[in-house]
Amino acid sequence: MAVASACSGKQSALDPHGGPAIHVEHLIIGIVAVCTVIWIVVIVVLGLALLRSRRAGAEDANSEGRLTTVVFAAVAASVVIIAGLTIASFYTTRNIGVPGSAALTITVRGQQWWWQVFYAGSDASRGFQTANEIHIPVGTDVQVRLEGVDVIHSFWVPSLAGKQDVVPGRSNSLLLRAEKPGAYRGQCAEFCGLQHSHMAVLVIAEAPADFERWAASQRGDALTPADPDAAAGQVAFLAKPCSACHTVRGTAAKGTTGPDLTHIGGRQTIAAGLLETTRGSLAAWIADPQTLKPGNNMPMVPLTSVELQNISAYMESLK
Amino acid sequence: MTERVFSIAKSVLAVAVLLSLASAGGVLGYLRQPRELRFEPPVAADLDWFRLMSNGIGGTPPESYFALGKPYEADAYNLSQGKRLYAWFGCGTCHGDGRGGVGPSFLDGWWLYGPEMVSIVASIRDGRPHGMPAFRDRLTIEQIWQLAGYVQTIGSYSPKVAAPSRNDDKQTRPAENRGPAIILFDEGPVGVHPDQGPSP
Repeated sequence: MAVASACSGKQSALDPHGGPAIHVEHLIIGIVAVCTVIWIVVIVVLGLALLRSRRAGAEDANSEGRLTTVVFAAVAASVVIIAGLTIASFYTTRNIGVPGSAALTITVRGQQWWWQVFYAGSDASRGFQTANEIHIPVGTDVQVRLEGVDVIHSFWVPSLAGKQDVVPGRSNSLLLRAEKPGAYRGQCAEFCGLQHSHMAVLVIAEAPADFERWAASQRGDALTPADPDAAAGQVAFLAKPCSACHTVRGTAAKGTTGPDLTHIGGRQTIAAGLLETTRGSLAAWIADPQTLKPGNNMPMVPLTSVELQNISAYMESLK
Repeated sequence: MTERVFSIAKSVLAVAVLLSLASAGGVLGYLRQPRELRFEPPVAADLDWFRLMSNGIGGTPPESYFALGKPYEADAYNLSQGKRLYAWFGCGTCHGDGRGGVGPSFLDGWWLYGPEMVSIVASIRDGRPHGMPAFRDRLTIEQIWQLAGYVQTIGSYSPKVAAPSRNDDKQTRPAENRGPAIILFDEGPVGVHPDQGPSP
């Protein structure tokens, strides 16, 4: 039951919704099918050989010649089958490669233990940064450039594409393509330290018009807090060490080592998929990050309860 | 026959001794350095309450620092976090890779305000004249102690039992986990800072 339930839903290589993942699925199903047939044939022949008793006088002048033919036929069949599987594998590799001209290029930097996501700007629009949540338009080839910061990670969104390592000091590429709108979960697939299991990423595929709307809102500066609590939170946020690591565009907070918080309230999860984004979970996270995600690089900043309330209200207001 | 039994028994014994030594080492290592990811808030707040001499050089750490077992000087995890902070907060902009630049070097054996943790913590937290900015609004006090521990390690006079993580980049200076650092200073700082007297 548990095994079956793992084969569908928003994170499964057996429930593909994107070009590369579909090619990989076809390959694995093809290889498993061929190998199953071969296994059945081998077991049947073996069973027959075990059951059949040796007949007296079966070895005549021609028996060695017959056996040679059988062995050669088996070798030839193996060569043909292995060559076929190799060709299928090459064909799949070619199909999941990044095409020369992807419509959209996103840079993803894996670090302990979250994903930093850059959308490049163009002449008409400026670029922006987000974290742990990638939006892509449906039916479009998206090139993901993967860069490592500290140790080796691996970017894996099973429903959309295969794994690709994220290596410090070099840039890898991966083709991401979703055929159907939806939220597809991915995670780090290379052990990278204490919180490897809490390094999830969400890929949200949406209609091109929705994607453009989302991108336009992300390009904008952070909203000015209307609520008095949130306004007080902004003041506290800027005075405390928070702003030394985090950026909130449009304010004096310009830290670059932590996730960009300009639109954190609009993301579905915080702390790389650890908690849903609610005012309560934001407060819990800020109050004690080392207990919720031990070993992560966010320190416990001493705050009064009022400051904590205000800052979490401010974070929630950053839609 | 008996000799063979003896020799087999000896090898089994050797393997058993080796395995138990290895596991004892593991247990001892864990006991020596259990990973403390954060202190209870009152303990962390107490780290702010060290006393500094009136000239800003040297002083006394808070009592709780000794009760905790001086966690920031020889704990590999804290030193590694300090090394991360050194890069993240741009210390290299002035101090380079530890050999100095615009700011003073940590490797030349000279500590302008002494090599004590308290002095280094005070330098980072409150800043110093001639350009050292205060980091009290940008780092928590626990982070300041971590960073200070790392800075002390770069220029320590004697080897420490713990070291931060290694560099991924090319080594441009002696590693933090090098042998006795005093060898490096034996040539004497005289030539380095002739204006500051004959000995550090």
